[in-house]
Amino acid sequence: MTIPVSITVNGRRYDREVEPRLLLVHFIRDVLGLTGTKVGCDTSQCGSCTILLDGVSAKACTCLAVQADGASVTTIEGLAGDSELHPLQESFWNKHGLQCGYCTPGMILASHELLRCNADPSAEEIRHGLEGNMCRCTGYQNIVRAVRDAAETMQGGTS
Amino acid sequence: MSASTFGSGIRRREDPRLITGSASYTDDITLPGTLHAALLRSPYAHARINGIDTSQAASAQGVVAVYIGADTEGEIAPSPCAWLLPDSGLTIADYHCVARDTVRYVGDIVAVVVAETRHEAYDALDLIEVDYDPLDAVVEPKKAAADGAPQLHAEIAGNQAFHWTVTGGGDIDEAFSQADVVVKETIIQQRLIPNAMEPRATLASYTAATGELTVWNTTQNPHILRFLSSLVIGVPEDRLRVIAPEVGGGFGSKIAAYPADFITMFCSKKLGAPVKWVESRSENYQATTHGRDHVQEIELAATADGKIKGLRATVWAGMGAYLSTAAPGIPTILHGLMLSGVYDIPAIHEDVYGLYTNTTPVEAYRGAGRPEATFMVERLVDLLAAKLGLDPAEVRRRNFIPKFDDGHDVVTGLTYDSGNYDGALSKLLAEADYQQLRAEQAEARKNGRYIGLGLSTYVEICGLGPSQVAGAIGFQGGLWESAIVRFHPSGKVHVMIGASPHGQGEETTFAQIIAGELGVSPDDVKVIHGDTDNTPMGWGTYGSRTTAVGGAALALAARKIRDKAKVIAAHLLEAAVEDMDYDDGKFFVKGSPDSSKTIQDIALMANVAWNMPEGVEAGLEATTFYDPPNFVFPYGAHLAVVEVDAESGNVELKRYVAVDDCGPQINPVIVEGQVHGGIVQGIGQALWEEGVYDDDGQLLTGTMLDYALPRADRLPDIEVHSTVTPSPHHPLGVKGIGEAGTIASTAAVYNAVIDALAPLGVEAVNMPLTPERVWRSIQAAQGRN
Amino acid sequence: MFAPQFDYYRASSVAEAAALLEQHPDSKVLAGGHSLIPVLKLRLAAPSALIDIGRIDGIRGIREEAGRIVIGALTTHAEIAASATLQSGATALSEAAGMIGDPAVRNRGTIGGNVAHADPASDLPAVLRCLGAEFSIAGSSGTRTVDAADFFEGLMTTAVEEHEILTSISLPSGSGGQGSAYAKFSHPASRYAVIGAAASVAVADGVCSAASVALGGLVPAPVRAEAVEDALVGKALSAGAIADAARCVGDSLDDDEVLGDVYASAEYRSAVAHVWVGRALTAAAARCG
Repeated sequence: MTIPVSITVNGRRYDREVEPRLLLVHFIRDVLGLTGTKVGCDTSQCGSCTILLDGVSAKACTCLAVQADGASVTTIEGLAGDSELHPLQESFWNKHGLQCGYCTPGMILASHELLRCNADPSAEEIRHGLEGNMCRCTGYQNIVRAVRDAAETMQGGTS
Repeated sequence: MSASTFGSGIRRREDPRLITGSASYTDDITLPGTLHAALLRSPYAHARINGIDTSQAASAQGVVAVYIGADTEGEIAPSPCAWLLPDSGLTIADYHCVARDTVRYVGDIVAVVVAETRHEAYDALDLIEVDYDPLDAVVEPKKAAADGAPQLHAEIAGNQAFHWTVTGGGDIDEAFSQADVVVKETIIQQRLIPNAMEPRATLASYTAATGELTVWNTTQNPHILRFLSSLVIGVPEDRLRVIAPEVGGGFGSKIAAYPADFITMFCSKKLGAPVKWVESRSENYQATTHGRDHVQEIELAATADGKIKGLRATVWAGMGAYLSTAAPGIPTILHGLMLSGVYDIPAIHEDVYGLYTNTTPVEAYRGAGRPEATFMVERLVDLLAAKLGLDPAEVRRRNFIPKFDDGHDVVTGLTYDSGNYDGALSKLLAEADYQQLRAEQAEARKNGRYIGLGLSTYVEICGLGPSQVAGAIGFQGGLWESAIVRFHPSGKVHVMIGASPHGQGEETTFAQIIAGELGVSPDDVKVIHGDTDNTPMGWGTYGSRTTAVGGAALALAARKIRDKAKVIAAHLLEAAVEDMDYDDGKFFVKGSPDSSKTIQDIALMANVAWNMPEGVEAGLEATTFYDPPNFVFPYGAHLAVVEVDAESGNVELKRYVAVDDCGPQINPVIVEGQVHGGIVQGIGQALWEEGVYDDDGQLLTGTMLDYALPRADRLPDIEVHSTVTPSPHHPLGVKGIGEAGTIASTAAVYNAVIDALAPLGVEAVNMPLTPERVWRSIQAAQGRN
Repeated sequence: MFAPQFDYYRASSVAEAAALLEQHPDSKVLAGGHSLIPVLKLRLAAPSALIDIGRIDGIRGIREEAGRIVIGALTTHAEIAASATLQSGATALSEAAGMIGDPAVRNRGTIGGNVAHADPASDLPAVLRCLGAEFSIAGSSGTRTVDAADFFEGLMTTAVEEHEILTSISLPSGSGGQGSAYAKFSHPASRYAVIGAAASVAVADGVCSAASVALGGLVPAPVRAEAVEDALVGKALSAGAIADAARCVGDSLDDDEVLGDVYASAEYRSAVAHVWVGRALTAAAARCG
């Protein structure tokens, strides 16, 4: 069985026929070729596949493509503007919030969710907000700094 | 301006592609017509294979081929072990990439399916029928050594892979018989699962017409993988290209050349099409190498005033079902030779038994042998302090090797390069305000709160080299590194290195080395690595050696460039070479800095070669092969502060302070990041992580739901400090920093928990220090009292 | 990992979903997918079809109705955690929902999917048992209501029959003088509950007038800790009284039923359960306004 789906990813609509069992993350990576979204586990733990689904964070490994029919998805490739990085991307770069980079796309989108829900989080709130994203390189410390830095930038930008 | 970038925490040059999702890891690469491989792995830890029926799988939708062990005979050689530990009775069991008649761990490969899609490949796995005859299994190394234990390999008696010893200094028995005090402990260095966030993957593409095989692989050492693959698969090295694209962490688990890699190459060669294999996380837990797994019986002899007289240990090291690529050297050379730690110990003896067990092969894991050594020594020192009623810091001070800056011999045979161990500890105690913390601890105890302080003072061996030592210790490769520095006509620079960083940031720090040596902007330097076709030979990124060895190669190549550029500049300025001076990218006649030639001017002239000095070749390029004269020995002192909830056994890490000395820091921000990550991995061992097998060899921690990795919300901010003691023999004075945190932190946290529990009478708890283990230790101690 | 093949049908109404379930033997209901999809990926289940109820209007959201708070089955954990109605009227539930998984999981996972899966290590069953929830279940022959004591039947089993769908869960609205809380011992890897304790207490004239305590995580299905409740009622909720009462929790645990695993044994969980019961009670008592 295949099912027609229409999913908008990073502002562009894609109409495809998919098997019901196809995960959204494989739709994004294998069908659309947008490989910035990563797969790091098979039990919804690591958060490497975190995307924004209709504006809120979701683990794309725990969602079928058919469930996302009609939805709007933002991946790491769609976060930056035409010419400039998103403040979170800038802050991860400025604060050395990444090493091998594999968890980074998911970590940045999880951080996006965190700041959506709490524009001015404390370090402890950041640590809790990122509890669903694993990083084996950084010990998280510079990720916390990066998110804090982005929060300050983003608040500065709106005030 | 540019010279000052050496030592500055500039932003990483790797990051723009990583923060935008533009980087390509192995699984991100797909070639036209790529087929997908899935591996059927044994569900039994030990079983005979009576028969395999692949007929249904072979005819399933989308399936292109199914291979079992017999199909690979003569086509895939056994997966090699490349560390032939001498004088140890080393016996290497054949590690067939696809099992022939016996499987020896859960995860041993039994068959491979190649299909048009991954879904189809996995569907077909379910259709393969294997008739197994289960056999008894053994999973713990000490049990594997016991009489009557199940035997893994018929030709290897007692499951013993090797018996290695280190003996140094005075008579060890005498040290113990004459000691005022002896302290002992049995330590389980539990099995750890490395968990690089990127699972392993291989994409192999064979072109029959040319006989060329290109392999993209998640490796830490592409040149070694090419070398070994040519031997195993039979594709000549000149036709074999290995590319490590973006690699998502390794921590030792991507050093080995794996059966799955060779099988993927074999499938591509057989089918004449690109074949990709990507492991799932659960498969990673089963089949990507694990770390640690020691049983250690240790004892320390000392005088009544706390002076160490001898250290004696017996270690049973689980090696898994087969010996992985570098495995025999980890619990031996990288472990036993470090048993003197930062202390003056006059007599040391250790026996290490490497045992085959029905488990996933054990390999290097961040620190690789050195955390296991540091833990032993740092536990013993704390036990000695407790026995003598002395502060742990004081006992350490009474035994430290005094400050030295150009070599110190320890009885295990190593010559440490430079160190000031008391300096590191003093700085730590001051930064942490140790006396105040001890006062707070005493106050808390009065209120029934259990706060503990744990110290760990460590030295580690890294910058693995020189090559004649590699030969002497049985490492089947060299341990030098190479670098090519190439100036283009516009003054931009390509650096090609044989090492293969995968998160450590050398694209940045190596650009900073060039900037420091040649006065160009780091932005004008591109560091190229990871592709055997366009980088010089190198032995890889592990053992904190990339900057320590590869960085030295680069610095020396840059100095060759500078020497040549000076000759060209002298010619252009019509001066004698010996009258020339150099400063920050400019060459000028001594005393006349206003009339100079920049390195960019020289690069242009050397490339167009219109006006070169007599006998000087065109081009501005240099190659160096750097074989270090000795290892480097970073060191430091760490402190953990914990609070234990005696009611539940829960341990809270409240504070962590580190002082590390890796010599001059090329980029202190990157150094700090390495320290953070390293420390957290060591904390993980102390508090959360353990790969657990049941007695039948089933992995009970087989998914991320079961194996507890450190998460952001369980950790405090880590306070990082440093001292700077250059290595006397390194061109830049630098030492490694990739593993230091992990080597130190497990012992610091463990010592802190034992310190916290001391009033309750607890002396030891097995790691990880889960609430239940801590709670049980309290119950047992209370029962004794 | 890659799930086996299955068919997929999207229902636009509860009635259609019930009909689809009957038409397709061995089919399963898909809501948020956070219990089901992991099982499918690991090939631990191979249903013939999934009936997606995720887009059915009318079984989502939180509303107050006749003195009860009604929560549609498709309401996400994030919505429950953020609901002002629940934060004040059923604090333990919003608190527990905020401890499930992680933010991304809470954005997709639903209360209906969670409780229908009835994982013993899940957080919500104990809270719903504690708060006296009622469950509305729809089938082709109509709708019925089951209370929490009967809904959770055992390990991974509930009162929802094969061709039925859980549509909503209702709770009595909290009143003044009442407070509830959830305390959790999280597994460090899975984030599921090793021990979950939900407590609701009411205070009148300075003493505890009513108490409800339920435990999850360490038992196949949530249990009420009646011994703890009995020990509290009529007493002032002092730290000492709470600690003493919490220690009665063992009387409500059947040793043969307590779950253990490689991380935490049954013996240990039984022995320390009182710590989390005490924490939940302490927090609940502090919320009695």
